[in-house]
Order: sequence, then C-alpha cells, then structure tokens
Amino acid sequence: MTFNDYLLLFAGMGMVTYLPRALPLLYFAQRRMPRWLIDWLSLIPVAILSALLAPILFTDHVSREISLGKLEFLVAIPTLLFALKTRSLGATVLVGMLLYWLGGMLV
Amino acid sequence: MTAPTSHEKNRPHLQQGAVAGWPICLGYFPIGLALGVLAQQAGIPWWAMAMMSILVFAGSAQFICVAMLTAGASAPAIILTTFVINLRHVLMSSALAVYLRGVARGFLALFAYGITDESFAVNHTRFRDGAWDRWKALIVNQLANTVWIFATVCGVLVGQFVPPGALGIDYALTAMFICLLAMQLQGGIYLLTALIAGALAVAWYILLPGDTYIVGASVSAATIGFFLKRSLRRGA
Repeated sequence: MTFNDYLLLFAGMGMVTYLPRALPLLYFAQRRMPRWLIDWLSLIPVAILSALLAPILFTDHVSREISLGKLEFLVAIPTLLFALKTRSLGATVLVGMLLYWLGGMLV
Repeated sequence: MTAPTSHEKNRPHLQQGAVAGWPICLGYFPIGLALGVLAQQAGIPWWAMAMMSILVFAGSAQFICVAMLTAGASAPAIILTTFVINLRHVLMSSALAVYLRGVARGFLALFAYGITDESFAVNHTRFRDGAWDRWKALIVNQLANTVWIFATVCGVLVGQFVPPGALGIDYALTAMFICLLAMQLQGGIYLLTALIAGALAVAWYILLPGDTYIVGASVSAATIGFFLKRSLRRGA
C-alpha cells in the first residue's frame, strides 16, 4: 500500500472513531441529563467490559462456538482475584501475561 | 500576576494525572508492542503504524484493522468495522458528559479524542469518587495516547526479533479488561449486570456474525440491570 492508501484508510477510521467519542460529549455537556439516563449510564461500563470479555473467555474464535475450560478462562480466575485485591491495572496486566505464558508452557 | 497561582495549581494536576494514568501506560505498553509486532508481520511500515495510532487511537479497532489488512479486506470494510466496534464510545462519552457539564467546546473536542476503554474506566471511577477534575482527566488521556503511539511504533521496529506468542503478549488486552471490570464491580447490581452482559454477549457472538455483540449485549444488559434496580428499590 502507498502512503496515500494508508492516509485515506486511517483518516476514515479516525473519523468514525472520533465522532462517536465527541458528539455525545458536546451534546450532553450543554444540557441537563435526566436522572434515569444517569442511572442507566452508570451500568454501561461494567456491561461493556463484560461483553468484551465473555466471548474471549468462553468461545472459540475460529468456529464461534462455546468452548469451556480454555486457558484464557483458567488464567482469568487468578487474574481477576489479583485485580480485586490490588486494584492495580499495570500489575494485573503483567500478572495475567505471566500466568498465560506459564500456562501455555504447561498445556 | 496569575502566573504563579496557575503554576502551583497545574503541578499537582500533572502529578495526579500521571499517578492515575501510569497503570494505563504500563498496560498499553505491552499491548501496543504486541500490536506493532503483529503489524510488522503483516508488512505494515513503522510510519504507517504511527499514522494509524495518531489518527485512530483505538486499540481494539487497530488490532482488527491489522488482521483485516492481512486477510486482504477493502478500506470501506475496515472503516465500517471500525465504526461498529467504536460505537461503544458513544456510551462512554455520554457517561463522562455528566461530569463535564458546561465545559468549553474546545476542551471537549480535545478531550473526546482521548476517550478509550481504559482512560474512560479510570477517569469515570475517579470522577464518581469525587476529587477529580477535567484537567487531570485530560492528562490521563494524553499521557496514555503518547505512550500508545510510542509503543506501537516500537513494536513494528522490534517485531522481527520477537517470536510469536512470547511472554504472554497475547493476553495483555484480556488482562487489562479483567482489571477494568474488577474496578467497576461496586455492588450487587453491577455484578448482576456484568453476568447478564457476559451471557448475552456469548449467545449473541455465537448466533450473529460480526461484532454487533459488543454494543448489543451491553445496551441490553444495562437496560435489564436498570429495570431490576428500579423494581428492587420499589420493592424495598
């Protein structure tokens, strides 16, 4: 790909990434948000993170079928406990990587 | 005349922002490195990686972009996928707006650029607990952004020396999501919403192609959680 191919692709990706980040902020920062919306939005982050994670832990990415007992899931349990205990993002990432690496050598 | 006070004010902002932001940077570094390594293996040059990280700044979409380029996908297909993947930021941006009411548009436009899953989770937690302001939040965003660009470019440059799967690099993104989830579990209704979202996401992922499961499952689960919370409150 040429410089212009890359520029066009990334500019397009950048635009569709930036607008969903910017427009709601610009809109809702000028208006009062109703109580129910604030309540609903407070549940969004936990829901998004869980929705991102669950298919990684419980499904096979190639066949898109349920797959239990994956190494990703087995490593997730101690990693989650470590995260709950320490609340440290950096340390949790390193512990998760280390466990996954060690687990991969055992399997 | 105002210079000394603003200087004294700014210093703790920078420090506190950096203290809150460093775990994201530490988390971004191996992930960015991993992305760069994959990009190098896909034949993407370092300058293109730098351009992508600056213009897009969205980790998961960039991973998917590299995978799609490897598979020979067209630019419109990649852009459309990016849009769907990043629609979730509508929700995060709306949630942050609660704490940025009445702030100047210029600041918001700049701030919006740095909203990611990670910076959102850190900033939202801090805003909710109080003792946080938009300047510290902006520093978290921009610090993470800088480290991300640096790490992805480094990854391309060192990619040829890294064997695939080394040092658990594939698990960096997953471990980061796990910790961010743990930080969000602030009570029963959050745990319940997480369980519903996870179950819905798995079912949605299996039944429907594409990546609509992220937005679909999270919006559904938050809505169910919202009504459960409301009915529990009414019952009590």
